[in-house]
Amino acid sequence: MLRINGLTKQFGGLRVLDEVSFQVPEGIIYGLIGPNGAGKTTLFNLITGILKSNTGTVHLGDELLTGLPPHRVTQAGIGRTFQNIRIFREMTLLENVMVGMHDHLRYGLAGTLLALPSHRREEKRGRERARELLSWLSLDTKATIEAGSLSYGEQRKLELARALATEPKVLLIDEPAAGMNPAETEELMGEITCISRRGYTILLIEHDMRLVMGLCQRIAVLNFGVLIAEGAPAEIRCNPEVVEAYLGKDV
Amino acid sequence: MTDDLQVFWATYNTLVYTVGVHAMLALSIYLTLSCGLLSLGNAAFMGIGAYTAALATLRLGLPFGEALALGGLLPGLVALVIGIPTLRLSGVYLAMATLGFGEVVRVVFLNLEITGGSMGLNGIPMKTQLWHIVAILVVLVYGFVRLRRSKIGRAFEAIKEDETAAKAMGINTTSYKLLAFVLGAIIAGVAGGLNAHFTFFVSPREYGFDPAVDILTGAIFGGTGSFVGPMVGSAILAILPELLRFLKAFRLAVNGLILILVVIYLPNGIWDRKLFARLRRKGSA
Repeated sequence: MLRINGLTKQFGGLRVLDEVSFQVPEGIIYGLIGPNGAGKTTLFNLITGILKSNTGTVHLGDELLTGLPPHRVTQAGIGRTFQNIRIFREMTLLENVMVGMHDHLRYGLAGTLLALPSHRREEKRGRERARELLSWLSLDTKATIEAGSLSYGEQRKLELARALATEPKVLLIDEPAAGMNPAETEELMGEITCISRRGYTILLIEHDMRLVMGLCQRIAVLNFGVLIAEGAPAEIRCNPEVVEAYLGKDV
Repeated sequence: MTDDLQVFWATYNTLVYTVGVHAMLALSIYLTLSCGLLSLGNAAFMGIGAYTAALATLRLGLPFGEALALGGLLPGLVALVIGIPTLRLSGVYLAMATLGFGEVVRVVFLNLEITGGSMGLNGIPMKTQLWHIVAILVVLVYGFVRLRRSKIGRAFEAIKEDETAAKAMGINTTSYKLLAFVLGAIIAGVAGGLNAHFTFFVSPREYGFDPAVDILTGAIFGGTGSFVGPMVGSAILAILPELLRFLKAFRLAVNGLILILVVIYLPNGIWDRKLFARLRRKGSA
């Protein structure tokens, strides 16, 4: 589904990602782990076109994503959340999610200004879909309040709903459990599983090993920009290189 | 009674027209501010519109409607051309670039023969009537209300709040910013055309640095949270010097003082919905 091939990114002399290649098969939850500074978020930014890679390619199905501007990558079917929450704080939850639908609401400037039926029909459809997506993350009761007043955990969930609104084929989730307590993390795991069951392919960055091992069918491990392991959770857990990267070497 | 009204109208009709034109300029700058662009080119676009419409009337003898349409079209085209390179800039850099553009426009007016150099254009026939201004404002307000509740209005706001997140939502931020910039220029141009046809003359001075800053001041004074704020703010700033006339030489100083007080104590402008809501709650409690 999502194929990453030989992706390299240098900031000045610093090689943040070095020839990273892996494939995310359709329909699974794929985990991307690694210590801080391993290049995980950089990889997300390269996939979504926010940063340009030095070499290497990203394909979604048969479509080449490398070189496309961010909005075209989204339109091609990549949805994402951000590590440092980036919701639209002054909009309501409903509006936040409807921004995500931008490209799927079929009317233009004329439809809006002349109050054509297309505008009303599409806005109504969009609102209903937005409420449905909010209900997936149990946020539908707060649909009309301002997003800035949500709790931290709720803001993360809103980002998920908003990313789903872009109708992604692959959903990139960047550290969804960061800053959540164990109970919230537990709830989030359930919700991500539900999203996956609805047929979305998910690529997930996470530090919480319990969450990663519990959710993901496959895992890739990055360390200092290099892919050091790739496989099923059981293999990753026993991989000596991974253990070393996380816990350090025996003395 | 009707006599009083006539005297009032005779004295203040220019002021009423000016308030209307300023309201249009306020909407024009609000459009760019609403997607996070600090553009100070509105006075220059107004100038291009004013000269274009005035020349269409004086030289080509076109009917007023067509002159106004040209007065909107040309600034729109200019905005399209200069917007593509300058809208890559943001914040103060965009402000400086658009101010620079304004200076270029002013100097061009000053040196071209067709624009009458420093003398400007004189003897523009009085064609603007009150209903023209009111009708255009009504159409604009209707358009702004419609835009707010559409994907276009939401895209503008998303860009203002977080451009990177807006891109990740599939919004082509470059074209939406360009749209806001061009529409803003068209509105400013039409306002300029209307203005030229009731002040009888246009000169380069009217469209330089001072009015560019005045337009922004009005918008911030009123509050940029909604399109109502800039309209209210620009109207008050247009009327205030008249109300303070009894202060004679000090009136501009007091005018400035009022501005400073508002900016310090009402940072969201005088038209602040959240403040109104708080006051209402306090009143009912």
